[in-house]
Amino acid sequence: MADKLWFLIPEIWLFVGVVVVSVMGLSRRKMFRDLLPLVVCVFLVGAFIITPLLYSEQRISAAGLLMPMLGKYVKMLVCAIGVILTMLSVGLIDRDLEASMSAGRTRFDPIRVNRGEYFSFFMLSIIGVMLVCNANDLIWLFLALELTSLPTYIMVAISRPSRKAQEAAVKYFFLGAMSAAMFLYGFALLYGATGEIELTKLRDVFAAQAAAGGLNRVAIVGLILTVMGISFKMAVVPMHFYAADVYEGAASPVTAFLAFVPKTAGAVALILILSTVGWSGHYGNGAHGLPREILTALWIMAVLTMTLGNIGALLQRSAKRMLAYSSIAHSGYILIGLIAGPPHGLNAVLFYLLAYGVMNTAAFAVLASFERKGEEIESLADLAGLRHRYPVMAVAMALAAGSLIGFPPLLGFAGKLYLFIAGVDAGHIALIVIAGVNSAISAFYYLWLVGLPILAQSTPQSETVVARPVVWPRVAAIVTAIGVVILPLFAQSLLKASQAVTVERETTALDVTVAPDQPEQPTSP
Amino acid sequence: MSLVPLMILPLLGAIGVAVFPGRRAKWIALGVSTATFLYSVVLAMAFDHWHDGGFAFASDPPVGWLDEFGITLNMGADSVSMFLVLLTTLLMPLCIWGSFTAIRERIKEYFAWMLGIEAAMIGVFIARDLIFFYVCFEFTLIPMYFLIAIWGSTNRAKACIKFFLFTFTGSMVALAGFLYIAWQHAALPGGEWTFDIARLTTFAATGLSATEQAWVLLALMTGFAVKVPLFPVHTWLPLAHTEAPTAGSVILAAVLLKLGTYGLFRFVLPMVPEAVVEYAPVIAVISIIGILYAGLICWVQEDIKRLIAYSSVSHLGFCVLGLFALNPLGVQGSVLYMINHGLSTGALFFLVGMIYERYHTREMSKLGGLAKRMPVWAFFMVFFVLASVGLPGLNGFISEFLCLIGAFTASADNAAYPGVLGPWYAAAAALGMIIAAMYLLIMTGKVVFGPLKEPAATNNSHGAKLPADLTFREIGVLVPLAVLCLYIGFQPKPLTDALEGPITQVLAVYPETVRQHLAENAPAIDELDRVILTMTETDSDRNKGADDG
Repeated sequence: MADKLWFLIPEIWLFVGVVVVSVMGLSRRKMFRDLLPLVVCVFLVGAFIITPLLYSEQRISAAGLLMPMLGKYVKMLVCAIGVILTMLSVGLIDRDLEASMSAGRTRFDPIRVNRGEYFSFFMLSIIGVMLVCNANDLIWLFLALELTSLPTYIMVAISRPSRKAQEAAVKYFFLGAMSAAMFLYGFALLYGATGEIELTKLRDVFAAQAAAGGLNRVAIVGLILTVMGISFKMAVVPMHFYAADVYEGAASPVTAFLAFVPKTAGAVALILILSTVGWSGHYGNGAHGLPREILTALWIMAVLTMTLGNIGALLQRSAKRMLAYSSIAHSGYILIGLIAGPPHGLNAVLFYLLAYGVMNTAAFAVLASFERKGEEIESLADLAGLRHRYPVMAVAMALAAGSLIGFPPLLGFAGKLYLFIAGVDAGHIALIVIAGVNSAISAFYYLWLVGLPILAQSTPQSETVVARPVVWPRVAAIVTAIGVVILPLFAQSLLKASQAVTVERETTALDVTVAPDQPEQPTSP
Repeated sequence: MSLVPLMILPLLGAIGVAVFPGRRAKWIALGVSTATFLYSVVLAMAFDHWHDGGFAFASDPPVGWLDEFGITLNMGADSVSMFLVLLTTLLMPLCIWGSFTAIRERIKEYFAWMLGIEAAMIGVFIARDLIFFYVCFEFTLIPMYFLIAIWGSTNRAKACIKFFLFTFTGSMVALAGFLYIAWQHAALPGGEWTFDIARLTTFAATGLSATEQAWVLLALMTGFAVKVPLFPVHTWLPLAHTEAPTAGSVILAAVLLKLGTYGLFRFVLPMVPEAVVEYAPVIAVISIIGILYAGLICWVQEDIKRLIAYSSVSHLGFCVLGLFALNPLGVQGSVLYMINHGLSTGALFFLVGMIYERYHTREMSKLGGLAKRMPVWAFFMVFFVLASVGLPGLNGFISEFLCLIGAFTASADNAAYPGVLGPWYAAAAALGMIIAAMYLLIMTGKVVFGPLKEPAATNNSHGAKLPADLTFREIGVLVPLAVLCLYIGFQPKPLTDALEGPITQVLAVYPETVRQHLAENAPAIDELDRVILTMTETDSDRNKGADDG
């Protein structure tokens, strides 16, 4: 047990950060309150540095986790993207209040300042994702997932002083509670079907069941409910309904956070849950793949998610809603990797999360960099002719959109290519063709994000858009845009990093691994 | 010698153009593209596989990108690649020089994109890795998208989006086809992931079943047919051509369309021979429809540029027809066509651009008798129209003729290279030559000869201070193209000889495959014959009976 604690050091370190930040946020001195984002960054960078140091061979084997190395990659990933997301949030919270305090119109009131709380919740949610990677039983997994989600409800509500944000938060909260109930019920069924809550033991029981002629029906129902519930975090159809409204209602920096952090938590949780079932041993003929029922469910979800996400995005006139639907579509691509499974699928998911985190944050960072009369910009038309006044931002937006299309040689292409290869490798040709057609559909609307800032002329409406007074969102946009261009050059080493982490611990019960290179397997349900 | 500088030079040039002040941009771009051209000439001289069809300048050691899947950045060139690279590097300085006065805004960006597209196009021709090929193939879209979208004419927004979406959709499907081949290769016992073109080609030709080949053919054709473009998916081209700036149209016609036919030559023919034999008649019919249909559309065009754009659709139909003749004559004609079409149609777009710069119109009804005002221009116009029509002695003739001869002799009774087409296909396509002569000559007659007609007071309103006739610079752009047209027209032998090696390799499997295909389908014909025979016999028996009675 003590060995497991070693892996919690980054979380503990960040939790110290949460306390520091929430106390600092109550400081009377404006300087301290303004330093909050910097403190958050320091803690995140600290966690980033600590994490790889902890993963020694001996601790890994002693920890008894299902995928002991998973945390190394995911924790470093969320910390790195977290730093970028922190930059976006600079100057977002309490903007009017701070302005009137420094003008002397209002006195400092610890009840009314929210900045400390915001950044504490921000870090708590990131801690949640990190804990998901360490989860080795269903209870822990549930708590970690909820720790990821609960702070985000509040972050949405306090992100901007508008009714929309509060409406979004309430919607998000109720639907989130429903999804939590759903996967909790799924967990209960899993426990009922197997008598275990530890993931490693679940895997052994499932392996025994599969070898004895198939999984328990109750377990199948439980798994599907679990998958559905968790897919809420990833905004997968049919659990996607909240996405557009919530993403639109929250302030852009929070939207960027929602589009990445809970999604990563969901994807990692799904990796863990599906790994207990395994991608082998369910078919007598030696073919590998998930159990047929789960495969069918995931296959349909993937197709619907890609297609509805892209078509939904096509119909939008608001940039934020469009990116919301596009993030739904990207969840669909991620599902391909989950369907494909080892040897490439899970790594492809992790690699895609990195690519998606960088490019999607880049797009939101550009949106978050601008405002009109203190209100953030939403509609696509506001971006028209951005190049005339902010050429660098326009290029950053174009790069982010090009990468989201999956256009070579940008980062998104490398991610998508890996996912597609993984899908093809597992024999899901039809799925890949559908994904390819979807990429083509997505080019339709992403081209607006390229065309409007770079090609269109300014309109009277778009000329009233100005950069936010803080420079950090723009820095974040530039950094991520450069990442979109540069990171493909290091795709090899990033891939290697993602591959190292999905290694499962040896099974203790009977060995159920099947030769992976069998071409005959169901291509569609 | 290495092929890397061919891509690095233009890329560095593009960065240089973007960094240095705007006034120098065009000169830097011209210098860099000329240097690239000179380098490619030096490479051509050092190239020692002109006759055996081998690959030279291979990356050694291989440059990896994603080792996990055997994705590399390997390069290499055979004589087909060399010719197309030379065509590209020759045209780029001309395009850049040709747009010195036409481009008045966002100059730096323009020349940066020009150099960017040069690097990508060269990359397509020298890639020896499928993914590398695909990356370059796709990347050509981006500069072209911006060239049309920023410097195009009035309807540019629609044109660039249509262009992008058509091509992008097509190539996504082609990518799926490529991945399928690579996966099948990896799924072999002891197989591994690789995207090496040579290995996958060898594998696909023998390792895939007929059904698989048919699907792969469909996927690859979807990608390349859009780019060529073939008949039902050609609609993006007239729009893109008409709206693009002059140099953009030249690049589009001369090189970008060739990416499609090059893809057919490099991948479709050698990778899926069985399916090609099975479906060659279908593809040939589609190309012939394209030849005739686009030709008829040309006939009724009022806009000169749009006319030449449609003529590209028609001409590339010949090119595809020649490829699917599956014999050396046809394929030689087809590859030669890629080069010739680049020279003559490229030049025609330049000529139209020169008129547009002076008169700001491309309407045939508003122009006429320009030979009186611009004798030098008129000379070149007539020259390139004749080259494009296929006048013997100029370059167009030889390639068109070879394509048709190829299709004509591609019948079952050809001993060396039996084919699945035949005289009827050639006859139908030859109608296209007649139509081409009509529309191009009618256009020339209207615009170049007859009473002088020019839009009033538009000359030089652009501020470009262009003289009535061509300037030294404009003549300089046209002369190299004209000289090459003439040279190839009189001396095609060195080119066809050099093309023989790679073409023989590509066609190596075909005679056997075609014979098998014919043998498999022969019994069905025999069956029919026998039925007819029995029927006639019964008839004659009955008649005999009647006679007896």
